[in-house]
Amino acid sequence: MANTAVATGASTRPNYGSMSRDRTWALRWSYFFLVLFAIFFLMPPIYMLITSLKTSAEISAAKNPWFISNPTLQNYIDLLSQNQFLVFFRNSAIVSICVVILTMLISVIAAFALARMKFWGSATLATGVFLTYLIPETLLFIPLFKMFAWVNETFGIQLMNHWWTMIILYPTLTVPFATWIMIGYFASIPKELDEAALIDGATWMQTLTKIFIPVALPGIIAATIFTFTVAWAQFLYPLAFTTSTSELVLPVGIITTLIKGDVFNWGQIMTGALLGAAPPLIIYAFLMDYYIAGLTAGATKG
Amino acid sequence: MAQVTLRKVVKKYDEVLAVRGIDLDISDKEFIVLVGPSGCGKSTTLRMIAGLEEISGGDIAIGGHVVNDVPPKDRDIAMVFQNYALYPHMNVYENMSFGLKLKKTPKDVIDQRVKQAAQILDITELLDRKPKQLSGGQRQRVAMGRAIVRDPKVFLFDEPLSNLDAKLRVQMRTEIKKVHQKVRTTTVYVTHDQVEAMTLADRVVVMNGGLIEQVGSPNDLYHSPATKFVAGFIGSPAMNFISCQLEQAAGALRVRLNDTLSFPVPADRTARYTAHVGKPSLMLGLRPEHITETKPHTESNQHDFDMLIDVVEPMGMETLVYFTVNGREICGRVNPNAGAEAAQSMTLRADLSNMHLIDDSTGKVL
Amino acid sequence: MADIAARNPAGHPSQQRSSLHKLMQRKSTIAFLMALPLILLITILVAYPAGYAVYLATLNKGMTRFVGFGNFEFLFGRDTFWLVVYQSCLFAITAVIFKAIIGFVVAHFVHNIPAKGQRKWRGMLLVPWVIPPAMSTLAWLWLFDPSYSALNWLLAIFGIEGIPWTGEAGWARFSVILVNVWIGSPFFMIMYLAALKSVPEQLYEAASIDGATWWQRIWYVTLPMMRNIIAITALFSLIVTFANFDIVRVLTAGGPLNSTHIFGTWAFRVGIEGGDIPLGAAVSLFMVPILAVAATFILRDITKRGSEV
Repeated sequence: MANTAVATGASTRPNYGSMSRDRTWALRWSYFFLVLFAIFFLMPPIYMLITSLKTSAEISAAKNPWFISNPTLQNYIDLLSQNQFLVFFRNSAIVSICVVILTMLISVIAAFALARMKFWGSATLATGVFLTYLIPETLLFIPLFKMFAWVNETFGIQLMNHWWTMIILYPTLTVPFATWIMIGYFASIPKELDEAALIDGATWMQTLTKIFIPVALPGIIAATIFTFTVAWAQFLYPLAFTTSTSELVLPVGIITTLIKGDVFNWGQIMTGALLGAAPPLIIYAFLMDYYIAGLTAGATKG
Repeated sequence: MAQVTLRKVVKKYDEVLAVRGIDLDISDKEFIVLVGPSGCGKSTTLRMIAGLEEISGGDIAIGGHVVNDVPPKDRDIAMVFQNYALYPHMNVYENMSFGLKLKKTPKDVIDQRVKQAAQILDITELLDRKPKQLSGGQRQRVAMGRAIVRDPKVFLFDEPLSNLDAKLRVQMRTEIKKVHQKVRTTTVYVTHDQVEAMTLADRVVVMNGGLIEQVGSPNDLYHSPATKFVAGFIGSPAMNFISCQLEQAAGALRVRLNDTLSFPVPADRTARYTAHVGKPSLMLGLRPEHITETKPHTESNQHDFDMLIDVVEPMGMETLVYFTVNGREICGRVNPNAGAEAAQSMTLRADLSNMHLIDDSTGKVL
Repeated sequence: MADIAARNPAGHPSQQRSSLHKLMQRKSTIAFLMALPLILLITILVAYPAGYAVYLATLNKGMTRFVGFGNFEFLFGRDTFWLVVYQSCLFAITAVIFKAIIGFVVAHFVHNIPAKGQRKWRGMLLVPWVIPPAMSTLAWLWLFDPSYSALNWLLAIFGIEGIPWTGEAGWARFSVILVNVWIGSPFFMIMYLAALKSVPEQLYEAASIDGATWWQRIWYVTLPMMRNIIAITALFSLIVTFANFDIVRVLTAGGPLNSTHIFGTWAFRVGIEGGDIPLGAAVSLFMVPILAVAATFILRDITKRGSEV
């Protein structure tokens, strides 16, 4: 037996060598392709940045578009001193923050009821939540358009052309999805934990606020980031339901006001787009791990 | 006074009976262990006492008050869970004081009680750690501390040691016993491990199929099991069961295992067994320690026989030998120096004064 | 102890049962109230509009008269409608396939490199998915600009000149798919990376000992282990891509000559901009069948996974 051990040992030794050589090459190729893909994935945002730092004259000059000869912050100064742009930004910020608060309130409480308290029809409702999450806004904006007209005729409340209408509308996109994530996070909390709380004398509300919310905090952070991202990025609803410049949110505002006919002021458009992309990007940069954990946990829209 | 009384307690899950009407009186300061295989209803019973499961029928009383409709928090109980169920976001101190805080207990009282419990359990230096930073044994102590702090009428333990490794389990077992001796709180403890049950309990309740098989002190259960189930469940290695017949010859009884093997029944059992002579489904129950190697002197009711040994398992302080009778594997415990060897014949000695006769059709020990 | 039994004569259980029942009811009432805002939101702003869309689709343009299937008959007779059907399917299927392939490949490369560098690469590669699509599509629009295309400037280095990215039907379709893939594949990458990490290392070691090549390891170990997540990610993406609006709207607005319109953008054009709400509703309803099929598969998979746990 000792014999064979020695023999196999000898024959595998060169193999180890080739294996590690294979691995080095695999690693080199991996890095090579990763760099290629990173270039592809990062090209548009980088080009945004490059363009935003150029003057109009340089943009229309026929030279290397990837190079900035006279970097300037003029586009940023122009845009940020425009009252209009600040209004877009304010509208977007208020809408997104309100939607986040509303969404988290509704979905955390509902998810707790659905995950732990089981009532008649709760299983059906959980499935229903998931199904609503799959219904795209492109299917709903036309009937909503008509429903708003009906609300105006019946109650005299004009929902059309107001930025705050978005606070009512966006939760249809964010709540099902945040509830779904939270159900998943709550379901992963061991049942014994709420039983221990029950024996310790906690009411349902105390169990939620003192045990579940702190324990599921990573999930709540993930759901909050997603809700914010979705609310900030939403494009179809504000495009369909708001028209006056004072009522627009950022993405729609940039596209409808900065693009005037055939005159494209690309320096300012790219600056606006970059500033519009900044809040989600900044949040992502700081809370990336929560974002990715939430994404893979059950958030599966994209 | 904190006795616990169960009267005809039934638990139904959608027409499936998990607990089929059990009666149990647990007296004050007693340490009761519910033991049985998984699915026997022991955990369900404990959870009904805790108030975590609704009772489908019967009554449960704690300290003389029926608590069927009382929510868990008002039953004055504390529970230690299998996975400890420590609140992961709170440190040890907060975990232990959470229940008292919800009851609006004054801060200094909480502090004093937590410190005292921590001292009993020797976890004082862990008070500001989070559960994540604790070892399994330490978590176990904290879970117990959380229960002690509340100074409840009844402690409930749901398989508290099954997540620990073997060595720690033995250590914590002793720890639990010590704590009980200090605080003397009525305790109901659920486990599937019969060794745990035997070592901890004042009285053991053996459950099977939603019913109580037998209640008794550890020694009672071991030496006089009431049913075949209890006989087989308590003790390790398990009791041997060999199909047999009871014969009567010249006023004396004999258990006949097969054509070649039969033993005389001890004289003091003759009266008890005579009625069962010739019954078809009898079984002889004999624990492994009552099948030994031959010894220089013979006591009454000991009988030697020769056997071909199949397998030998040396355990250090003893050696287990396995052989086959009537197609069943039988285990005996012999001295390591008795010279047991596989595939060799060996003379063994059966101690019939510790025999059990079982009616296999009813499962009752006769 | 005897007195306990005495105080609870056998006659009482029914009364106890009913009060306990009340308690349980109270718990479920609380739970229902906690879920009520969610239920109201879903009913009023999702379920009702979805049903209302069906009703709207059966009215005439002025919404004064019931026309039954009139709008649908009208649509079936129009070439543009069939173009939109074709383009929606083409975009969704092609984009999802490329997203899945690129996502899988990139996930593999990230998985290959040492663990401590992975977080950085992963973070960088997910950026397209974080930027609001309307904003990043603007950047692509500028990259595709007919006169100042920075992309064409790069391609010119390799001798490829003057591609009309958004100006010509074929290229416009390609561009829309390209942007779609650019936005969506990082998401696939993240999902696949998580799935790759969940494959136990021992399986690969066992496969290596059995003499499997790297390709056989992917085919016989990785893919079967990831089958579930691949399917569910692809189905999700299919729904979202099929119902897309932002990219087409910003990049081409459906042009040139309707050659990039998909259901969402065409419904917007017809219903909101064209003022024919019933016809717009009818167009958007054509998304329902494919959404329903995908949703059924996803739901089946999720309940299956649920029962395994």
